[in-house]
Amino acid sequence: MAIDKHMTPMLDQLETGPWPSFISGIKRLRDEHPEQRINEVTNDLLGQLEHSYETRKGYWKGGTVSVFGYGGGIIPRFSEVGKAFPKSKEFHTIRVQPPAGNHYTTGMLRQLADSWEKYGSGLITFHGQTGNIMFIGTDTVNTQQFFDEINDYGWDLGGAGPCVRTAMSCVGSARCEMSCTNELKAHRMLVNNFTDDVHRPALPYKFKFKVSGCANDCQNAIERSDFAVLGTWRDDMKVDQAEVKNYIADKGRQYYIDNVITRCPTQALSLNEDDTLAVNNRDCVRCMHCLNVMPKALHPGDDKGVTILIGGKRTLKIGDLMGTVVVPFKKLETEEDYESMVELAETIIDFWAENGLEHERCGEMIERIGLANFLEGIGIDPDPNMLSHPRQSSYVRMDGWDEAAEEWFARQAEAGR
Amino acid sequence: MAEMREPIESGCPDPWQYMHPVMRKNFGQWKYHEHPRPGVLLHVAYSGDQIWTVKAGTQRILDVFSLRKLCDIGDQYADGHVHFTLRSNIEYLVSDEAKVQPLIEALEEAGFVVGGTQNSVAMISHTQGWLHCDIPGTDASGVVKAMMDELIDEFRNTNMPNRVHITTSCCQINCGGQGDIAINIQHTKPPKINHDLVANVCERPSVVARCPVAAIRPAMVNGKPSLEVDERKCICCGACFPPCPPMQINDAEHTKLAIWVGGNHSNARGKPTFQKLVAAGIPNNPPRWPEATAIVKRILKAYKEGAKDWERINEWIERIGWPRFFEEVELPFTKYHIDTWRGARASFNSSSYIRF
Repeated sequence: MAIDKHMTPMLDQLETGPWPSFISGIKRLRDEHPEQRINEVTNDLLGQLEHSYETRKGYWKGGTVSVFGYGGGIIPRFSEVGKAFPKSKEFHTIRVQPPAGNHYTTGMLRQLADSWEKYGSGLITFHGQTGNIMFIGTDTVNTQQFFDEINDYGWDLGGAGPCVRTAMSCVGSARCEMSCTNELKAHRMLVNNFTDDVHRPALPYKFKFKVSGCANDCQNAIERSDFAVLGTWRDDMKVDQAEVKNYIADKGRQYYIDNVITRCPTQALSLNEDDTLAVNNRDCVRCMHCLNVMPKALHPGDDKGVTILIGGKRTLKIGDLMGTVVVPFKKLETEEDYESMVELAETIIDFWAENGLEHERCGEMIERIGLANFLEGIGIDPDPNMLSHPRQSSYVRMDGWDEAAEEWFARQAEAGR
Repeated sequence: MAEMREPIESGCPDPWQYMHPVMRKNFGQWKYHEHPRPGVLLHVAYSGDQIWTVKAGTQRILDVFSLRKLCDIGDQYADGHVHFTLRSNIEYLVSDEAKVQPLIEALEEAGFVVGGTQNSVAMISHTQGWLHCDIPGTDASGVVKAMMDELIDEFRNTNMPNRVHITTSCCQINCGGQGDIAINIQHTKPPKINHDLVANVCERPSVVARCPVAAIRPAMVNGKPSLEVDERKCICCGACFPPCPPMQINDAEHTKLAIWVGGNHSNARGKPTFQKLVAAGIPNNPPRWPEATAIVKRILKAYKEGAKDWERINEWIERIGWPRFFEEVELPFTKYHIDTWRGARASFNSSSYIRF
């Protein structure tokens, strides 16, 4: 049966130009998909989208939809203009957790496409900004059926609402020489310890884990996650002086003076007369720049681990916050190392669940109660690595100074420093 | 009621089963990489093994036909293993160099765009917009399509001083995230309240608590419990709209676009930075948003001409100074560029450093 297609003169203008067009894709589902249900859903979706383009307004409203046993993971969408576009009046997105590092086989992608075609609109995004596979557009009944089917072959829902959210990690050790940790393991150990908190939203607000294997931070972990894990190392960086010479022979001394030596944020590099590189490793902050420029010559050291920063988030409500260093360096080698990182995450989430206000991100809570109080709450000692610089304001009561100073010296002695 | 199936709470799947065998074999043992041509990376392991990555941009919101086409290409010209990047590009992994060129040709033939590596303008990261979001002021998907049509050559090539990450967001929550250039919604009028619906739809105390400037208070309007906004305090951020849809913030005329620059998540050479406002009042003009694209292109042109190798946009501006930036991109500097939020003082110039 032929369907009565909505006219889409504005959307049609997004079919011109060389970049692949999502509008053409939706139209293919409307015009060429063998299943009439999909033709009709995508036709009404296009109709509503055209209406949005004409009026410059969105017409989706949230609601409450989940699958049996879970409280979240679905983004419910009900149309406000469903009378005009009835076939897409329920158009929920199903958030599904990707494999750590976003690796897939074409076989698995096909299997997911086959399942989605049975129950949904046929539109998928790899991935949403939180990191989920977004299966865009199905009704309430099919939400359950689609989930049941893919859950049987290994896929689980991500987070939505005030809960632990789907985590993200870079490609890392799987393909990158900069990687300083096993990102995939850190990612899965962390988020899979909290599946209950992913599926049943009961926290003050969202909580995100992101893992980047080095300070290039491809996952935007410092800016975008409540619990950011960044790979680093604490021994000397590795320098292959023969390769340094090769680079200099190739592009000249001036290039490497201008682009490596003088770009070091802590002036930790100098070029020797014989075109070898001198590194002051105690001044180096592991920013990754020189390694990025000379990947054949420079490598992270062997004593690798991670830095953990807490409390990154975007604007709402108190303004943008970067994460703050809470663990300057942590080894991640043994099972115990990973488990203690997971325990730290549990401690932080518990403290925040107890002390955070409704709709208050972890970083906002830290801003409100103060970093020192937060550290005390989670049982971590203060460390100068946590700050850009010590306090500037003298407006503070300091009658506990002597005890605090003694504790510092005791800790230093214990650490053998 | 039929028996309900209990979910299997398997969480995040193990990627090991999907990873290319060469990547499994050399996990954590990579030595260096090279960039043989735009869109292609070569990684070399200590074992001597090599893996080529071919990166392609897509429409991001994939229909199953396009997804299957990408799979067909992956089976016919690559090794059946793929990886998706943070910016929704697809990467094919191949262990045989001879497969690289035919793979590139197959992708381009099918309408996908090979590129996005190194010093390119990367794929714009974005969210759903009018297609699916419940609070959008614009359609990020459409903005991105229209903009990438114009920036496609910069995606295909690597002629920028360093990589450029562009983001878009359809509201001030800013799902698109920080970018070297960010095109974000900026509302310019307070919400329009449908007082008949507030009492039934909104949990009023949470809406009051949500406002960043305490401009919302409970009120009786026409004999019904509702909310009112102190319009002198309101910053038009739209934070009240998600928890209270009758407080409509989106407006066909007064919802505008703003452009921010200098967000940089990397720690390389300097600590990560947040983006800064450079332009506002840009019309939210579907279906192709030409005014926003024109400004983005001016910024990219000035950056491309003026920045040194490896300088990201924030570093370039840090060196040349903001007065020259505004001059070069021909944008007005206004009182709205002066921050008023907490911590604003840290952005004032408290020195004699002036460039002439």
